[in-house]
Amino acid sequence: MQWETVIGLEVHVQLATRSKIFSGASTAFGAEPNTQACAVDLGLPGTLPVLNEQAVAMAVQFGLAVHSDIAEVSVFDRKNYFYADLPKGYQTSQMYHPIVGPGAVDITLEDGTSKRIRIHHAHLEEDAGKSLHEDFMGMTGIDLNRAGTPLLEIVSEPDMRSAKEAAAYLKAIHSIVTYLGISDGNMAEGSMRCDVNVSVRPQGQEAFGTRAEIKNVNSFRFVERAIAFEVERQIELIEDGGSVVQETRLFDPERDETRSMRTKEEANDYRYFPCPDLLPVVLDEAYLDHLRGQLPELPADKRERFQNELGLSAYDASVLSASREMAEFFEEVHHVCGDAKQAANWVQGELAGALNRENLSITNSPISARQLGELVSRVVDDTINGKAAKQVFQALWNGQGENADEIIDAKGLKQVTDTGAIEAMIDQVIAESPAQVAQYRDAEPDKRGKMIGYFVGQVMKASRGTANPQQVNGVLKAKLDALV
Amino acid sequence: MHDKTLTQLAASLKSGEFSSRELTAHYLQKIEKADGKLNSFITVTGEQALKQAEAADNARAAGDKGLLTGIPLALKDIFCTRDVKTSCGSKMLDNFIAPYDATVVEKLNAAGTISLGKTNMDEFAMGSSNENSHYGPVKNPWDLNAVPGGSSGGSAAAVAAGLVPAAMGTDTGGSIRQPAAFCGITGLKPTYGRVSRYGMIAYASSLDQAGPMARSAEDCAHLMNVIAGHDVRDSTSVARGVPDYTETLNAPLSGLKIGLPKEYFGDGLDPEVESAVREAVKVYESLGATVREVSLPHTHYAIPAYYVIAPAEASSNLSRFDGVRFGHRCKDPVDLIDLYKRSRAEGFGEEVKRRILIGTHTLSEGFFDAYYTKAQKVRRLIRQDFLDAFEDVDVLMGPASPTPAFDLGAKKDPVSMYLQDIYTIAVNLAGIPGISVPAGLAGGRPVGLQILGTHFAEAQLLNVAHQYQQATDWHLQLPAFAEEHA
Amino acid sequence: MALEESHVRRAAHLARLAVSDDQATGFVDDLSRIMDMVDQLQSIDTEGVSPLSHPLDATQRLRADEVTETNQRDTFQRCAPAVENGLYLVPRVVE
Repeated sequence: MQWETVIGLEVHVQLATRSKIFSGASTAFGAEPNTQACAVDLGLPGTLPVLNEQAVAMAVQFGLAVHSDIAEVSVFDRKNYFYADLPKGYQTSQMYHPIVGPGAVDITLEDGTSKRIRIHHAHLEEDAGKSLHEDFMGMTGIDLNRAGTPLLEIVSEPDMRSAKEAAAYLKAIHSIVTYLGISDGNMAEGSMRCDVNVSVRPQGQEAFGTRAEIKNVNSFRFVERAIAFEVERQIELIEDGGSVVQETRLFDPERDETRSMRTKEEANDYRYFPCPDLLPVVLDEAYLDHLRGQLPELPADKRERFQNELGLSAYDASVLSASREMAEFFEEVHHVCGDAKQAANWVQGELAGALNRENLSITNSPISARQLGELVSRVVDDTINGKAAKQVFQALWNGQGENADEIIDAKGLKQVTDTGAIEAMIDQVIAESPAQVAQYRDAEPDKRGKMIGYFVGQVMKASRGTANPQQVNGVLKAKLDALV
Repeated sequence: MHDKTLTQLAASLKSGEFSSRELTAHYLQKIEKADGKLNSFITVTGEQALKQAEAADNARAAGDKGLLTGIPLALKDIFCTRDVKTSCGSKMLDNFIAPYDATVVEKLNAAGTISLGKTNMDEFAMGSSNENSHYGPVKNPWDLNAVPGGSSGGSAAAVAAGLVPAAMGTDTGGSIRQPAAFCGITGLKPTYGRVSRYGMIAYASSLDQAGPMARSAEDCAHLMNVIAGHDVRDSTSVARGVPDYTETLNAPLSGLKIGLPKEYFGDGLDPEVESAVREAVKVYESLGATVREVSLPHTHYAIPAYYVIAPAEASSNLSRFDGVRFGHRCKDPVDLIDLYKRSRAEGFGEEVKRRILIGTHTLSEGFFDAYYTKAQKVRRLIRQDFLDAFEDVDVLMGPASPTPAFDLGAKKDPVSMYLQDIYTIAVNLAGIPGISVPAGLAGGRPVGLQILGTHFAEAQLLNVAHQYQQATDWHLQLPAFAEEHA
Repeated sequence: MALEESHVRRAAHLARLAVSDDQATGFVDDLSRIMDMVDQLQSIDTEGVSPLSHPLDATQRLRADEVTETNQRDTFQRCAPAVENGLYLVPRVVE
């Protein structure tokens, strides 16, 4: 039988606020345990929550970026359950009236086509603390520094049909939130985590199959692998005459499998009800307009502009717009050098290669966008040739000069375009290479093209790489042919 | 000194008749001497109080003109007080030394008042008799066989017995007004959101409100001037200007329109209580007020609605008491669930458990709409009753409680206890302010006249109460207990 | 809606309250009477009435995104039943 996979994602994005969603404690990552858990975060008796305006603004910015309806009135609810890292015995969340309503994100598939993934809603909530299972005299240790960190939970419709689509969707969300600057998107530190709902159904069947929820998958790669495993598991199960149980599963990256989280409890009953310590959040049109006006150009718009206005290929446009940092770097290089294609080639070629070799991100590039832009503009205006440019790049990378011009001068890399000087060098090379000239003369005309390479190399060497190669080629050919 | 009101004591401190240290020492002695019989305090902070008093005297000598500088007070043990045990009347918090001050406490400290200690209360403010305290019941100084009312029973008894000039209470369904009525003192429950709830251990967040309990409306006005106002730490506190509540105390009452809700004078009302209240209304008529009957048609649904909403909120609010970060923890838990279940079973008393169970049940799947959502709809109808009434009249008057204080142990059945709050509970659902003022005796036990106003009408309620207290002296009468232990 | 012992048991479990068999019987008794009283609500027509969560029609005020709290771990952990290396300790939780 042919099976179709159905996937929906719940993505939890930690918002990059300075303080927590309901308290003035810091959200900085990596502090000593419980040093950033204030009275409110600990749920000390008598403490009360007050909502962080930046968390609201960030949620709204996301909503605007995915063309959602922003709720005029949204309400916080309490989700009641007991857990060691949940200090108050409830999580403050938004069940019935989330701040961000239905929207959509377009993802680009490998074949270059795009697909629209609908967003059901996104809501604000507080993160829980962490349980540390190292042995503390047979006990578990609880660190509540993370408790109260603002989360935006983005819930998709079950619109994805493959692991690749799910990964592409997750990347699109990542790209949007980092473009907006509402999250650092750092999956390793848990700034972005996702729960994956997976089910399978016979091709052509309309009704969904029973789904399993894979909790807390924290990398793009794991999402693909977890889905791949889970789909196979479900199909096998059904084909063997079994049926899928609706349950929560965990992905184990070490074993590359998902497994059931044995819950000691029967089905949860979270007893959601409106949090009486918080009032309805009311947002007016003026506020939304204000935030709309502050939205940066988003990845999809950027990609389109790179393609249509700058004439980049679909591939280049997509790579260069994938992250805000990459896009900003490229745009600065382009701004300085004025040639989009050259800028794209250099950012994706020489720079990306060097960054890759040293495992650096573009924000840590030793060469600034301005420096690279200046270098590329010297290529564009023919001041240096490509070979010299690579030398200049290496020198800049190693910090051997402030800017391209300085290095070009210091190393004497300026391209020689003076025809007289080039002719003189060529004459000398021809004079010093009688054997090669003889071979050239005796060769069949169609073999001569290849043989010219030797002379070009000698001339370039004589010019220490500064001669304009096209010019050298042209003049050499004319002079050698004259000798035939 | 014990028969003086807070207002009079403030004048004496100002004139130098006695120092705050002398005054504080006097009250501490009285507590020492008398509270063994009343059990109105859970914690007495004598040493700290004397230090605070000395500081107040020094401040006054250095030119501090604060009206309340050096005035001793007591705090219901529901308010968090830094470095002082804050038990909320529960075994759960018997070992809880609060690491911070409630906003109300901060404000009172800043005003120069002295805290003598923390008063007894029904556990987590759940009760109408103060019999639900882990620290034992409080006795009513008017009759040691009678309850003082609850949940702010310790505060009411201490003020009535002259152990402290005034105390802070909280009111979720009548917990300031009913004990004030039972103990013959004046107690104001402000509009929801008028006083910060930060640092006040939550029972039912959408109903809880702190307020003053004292000998007179004027005393309450002085305390309201200190505690009322917006708090950035409480989202539900209201950002709205605070008037000087003493300024309008003497406004004449001629033309005041009083409404008597007919539902507050029906079955179950003790005849002596009724006649005391009707007498009080006559006093108002003599002051130029007009009286008419009004109706609050949904009154009888207030208790059912309350016993859905309050336990629902409480069941969630009390989940934080899990034996992990503070509070009671059972011995040798075998696993996390065992830790939770036994710590909570051991730490909470019967009434608290009942309300947690009711709240959990009514919020659970399959019952939520029938109970919680329904109760919230009824809550709107109840609020609308009041808003409609206030279209026609300025204030509403009636009894604070259908009976005077009942005997200790008289109400064993929870439902019959709940029904005691018939006249106070709707007020919390509607969020309006109410005050109870002493208006006579019934069988030798005090009767409280309850006066209700529309949202933010505290100044008017204090004015209306004060004018009555200018014309009568019920509020100045002290129980024999106070005289015997003077 | 009659309240049964299974309801009490379920609520006690959800609320993490240990309840002995004797206690359960007592709670069924008390809670049944309370719920009978509460059931009076069912007799009111609330068609078209919207639920009221807060007595005032106020809306949420927002706080500036500023770090205002400092580390007070030692103070806060003084009232904790069990801590080690700055962590709150609970019986081993197996995931």
